[in-house]
Amino acid sequence: MAASDTMVTADRSSTRERAAGYLLRRHRFRAAEALPWLIAIAAFFLFPDRMTFGSQVLVMVMFALSLDLILGYAGIVTLGHAAFFGVGAYTVGLAAARLQWTEPISGLFAAAIAAGIVGFITGWFLLRYRGLTLLMLTLATAIMLQETGNLRSDISGGYDGLPGLTFKPLLGVFDYDLYGHTYYLYALAVLAVVFYFVRRIVYSPFGQALTGIRENVRRMHAIGSPVHWRLVTVYTIAAAVAGVAGALFTQTNAYVTLTVFDFDNSAKVMVMLILGGTGRLYGAFVGATVYMVLEDYFSKLSPTFWQFGIGLVLVLAVLFARRGLLGIFESIGQYISERKKS
Amino acid sequence: MPHFAIVAVSILFDGLAYAMFLFITSVGLSVTMGLMGFVNLAHGAFAMAGGYVVVTLTRTLGVGFVPSLVIAAVVVGAVSIVFERVLYRRLYKSTDLEQVLLTIGLAFMAIATATYFYGPIPKSVPLPDWLQGDVNLGFRYFPSYRAFLIVLGAALIAVLWYAFERTNIGAKIRAAVDNRRMAESVGINVDRLFTLTFAVGSGLAALGGGLAIQLFGLSPSFAVLYLVLFLIVVAVGGLGSLKGTLLAALVLGVFDTAGKYLLADAGGFFVYAVTVVVLLIKPAGFYGRE
Amino acid sequence: MTAALQVEGLNRSFGALPVTRDVNLALERGARRALIGPNGAGKTTLVNLITGALRPHSGRVLLDGEDITRLSQADRARRGLARTFQINQLFRGLTVLENLCMTIGERDGHCNNLWRSAGSRRVVIDEALDHLDSLRLTDDALKLVRELPYGRQRLVEIAIALAQKPRVLLLDEPAAGVPSSESHLILDVVAALDPDIAVLIIEHDMDVVFRFAKEITVLVQGAVFTQGTPNEIMNNEQVRAVYLGQERHRGGHHG
Repeated sequence: MAASDTMVTADRSSTRERAAGYLLRRHRFRAAEALPWLIAIAAFFLFPDRMTFGSQVLVMVMFALSLDLILGYAGIVTLGHAAFFGVGAYTVGLAAARLQWTEPISGLFAAAIAAGIVGFITGWFLLRYRGLTLLMLTLATAIMLQETGNLRSDISGGYDGLPGLTFKPLLGVFDYDLYGHTYYLYALAVLAVVFYFVRRIVYSPFGQALTGIRENVRRMHAIGSPVHWRLVTVYTIAAAVAGVAGALFTQTNAYVTLTVFDFDNSAKVMVMLILGGTGRLYGAFVGATVYMVLEDYFSKLSPTFWQFGIGLVLVLAVLFARRGLLGIFESIGQYISERKKS
Repeated sequence: MPHFAIVAVSILFDGLAYAMFLFITSVGLSVTMGLMGFVNLAHGAFAMAGGYVVVTLTRTLGVGFVPSLVIAAVVVGAVSIVFERVLYRRLYKSTDLEQVLLTIGLAFMAIATATYFYGPIPKSVPLPDWLQGDVNLGFRYFPSYRAFLIVLGAALIAVLWYAFERTNIGAKIRAAVDNRRMAESVGINVDRLFTLTFAVGSGLAALGGGLAIQLFGLSPSFAVLYLVLFLIVVAVGGLGSLKGTLLAALVLGVFDTAGKYLLADAGGFFVYAVTVVVLLIKPAGFYGRE
Repeated sequence: MTAALQVEGLNRSFGALPVTRDVNLALERGARRALIGPNGAGKTTLVNLITGALRPHSGRVLLDGEDITRLSQADRARRGLARTFQINQLFRGLTVLENLCMTIGERDGHCNNLWRSAGSRRVVIDEALDHLDSLRLTDDALKLVRELPYGRQRLVEIAIALAQKPRVLLLDEPAAGVPSSESHLILDVVAALDPDIAVLIIEHDMDVVFRFAKEITVLVQGAVFTQGTPNEIMNNEQVRAVYLGQERHRGGHHG
């Protein structure tokens, strides 16, 4: 009797240790996480003449990452995420065109703050709603911002936009070059910094609470979680990140128009994230890259064909691959490791 | 007549015609969303398809405009049944997001197909004589087409109201919108009811698409551009409500027209501002259920 | 002495239908009260009103003397009011351990922290594991909740409520849906609850009620029909007529 009791206790404590260990170590960096960065750097050397395109991919990765915070982690579906991208893009554009403020890094901060403020205000009002109501409210907000810009097209440049923007050299030293090399590395560095912050948030107790809200908001209320404040907080942060993506967009394109607010943009980033896989951080990387590369290739071949293809992929993804490409990779990985065991 | 009255009458008239278009096209979406909770973003594509059927019938096959409208409604309604049975049915229990994504995917495919067969340039249709020109209503001349739209809209509203409020089937639909499980337990076959409402709704959307050609021209992007408008009408009116859709169509149609008349550039703003205000106060829309 | 939970004159209707009619209820510290009544009596509605999921049309709810009628569900939970749901409300896509850590994290305000990793809070994990130990759920700690059999999920539901360290605990048919072979697990837990907690349990199974309850409130058509000790209720002719005619002796069924 005594011996088996001791064994049971010993077993239980080792189970405890295993369980605790899993949670204690979950946030540590894994080797595989270096992969996307290595690929990004490799691209710099392998495709030196595609670096302007490369910057656009990085911009969309950041945009998709910001959406993952609300859609993937908090489980909130919106149709107006482009609003924050647009606010960030126009903060930098207007500062450069109207205020002659062309220092790039401070531009990023200004964009983050501006977009964050818009995110906070709209989030505070709108996140009390869900479903179709929220979809329509967020959609309407983005369109209204766009229409406001159109109203004062003397300031905003309307749909023709603000072309020919120039920016000061980065850190006073690195200047824009014709092939976009400087700006690619700049975008990559910004993405790395932003990603570090987003990753910390996701693995924090706050990030855990977000997944709780996504999984069962009723339960969250019942255990005392201030759900609305959690959502407003993540919405504000996501807006700021989207704003930085928009700012980078203007800086790397030296051009911005009101089309950044289009519903098309909101839909596109959602498709990218879904394709890659939501709630996994790296889904944004995979989805945005794959989408941009395919779009670049196919829409040159035939834009109609591209649109049909993307529609078809969406339909198939919903029917057969709900967890996106990362989900498929994971399933393949599981299948392989199960085959190895047998 | 004093100037402002003339402007007011013009706004009301054009607004009413626009509202009729919105109502005819959106009512199907409202009822199907209210009945099954299914977010169908391909609804605009059904309207677009109806428009292109009318274009082909009138321009290539020489069929009259009004008969083409009827044929388009019937054809698209019938085809929509296939979609419902084969695809939509599988997602009734899925999340909103999945329904949104699937139907957007379908809409993209539809737009690409239309672009392939008809090209991206907006199309028009030949109208019969009695729909061209103006009609004299005593104190003013009004475009005949818009008058036709208003009359047709009113007639359809009457028919739909009668069907909804006075027939057996209408009662069943209302019951199922109100409480699906209760309706099922009383023996109402909600699945078949849904297929029927879906087909009628899509047929009406096709009719709306055909009617829209003369108002806005028809290009493949119609499916997405006007979808936003239909969704707004449905959200503001309240899911599953005939009255709500009508009221929302009227409010939004008149406001949008007024905005465009009076504030040219800022015009588009109004519809969205009204939407936000209504939804903040009544998140389920005018006649929606919380 | 102030009651742990006090309900005064609570009224609520759904449209024209009154579902809670002038309900008065008091739970002292350490109370073990069962709330019974026929189907549709409004028991879960009453619990919803107490926890704040529903707002009453009139009446008050007091927690340790404090009027919480205007407070949100979350605010009430933070003041020590916990509940379980009749149908499990769990974080099904997360592990059992995460379910508990989330609860403790929200209770102590850890979840306001955006910077430190969730794993760095060793004390939270240890407490979560202690709760799992006491409910014999340790082996399931890393399993996803949706992979557990329903009976063990029900235990997780109770574990979450207990992890809130409540002063007042409302259990809505804790053994509902649990196969009879497993229901003793639930009932053992209920029997072993901290004597300081005030507990209100909605139950249909009379065996459970008589085993656990020191007092019983009978709810019929939204109003309190009668209250008393188990013996008084069992010998009450009217209660028999209204309700005990439907008595069941087996555990593990849906209410």
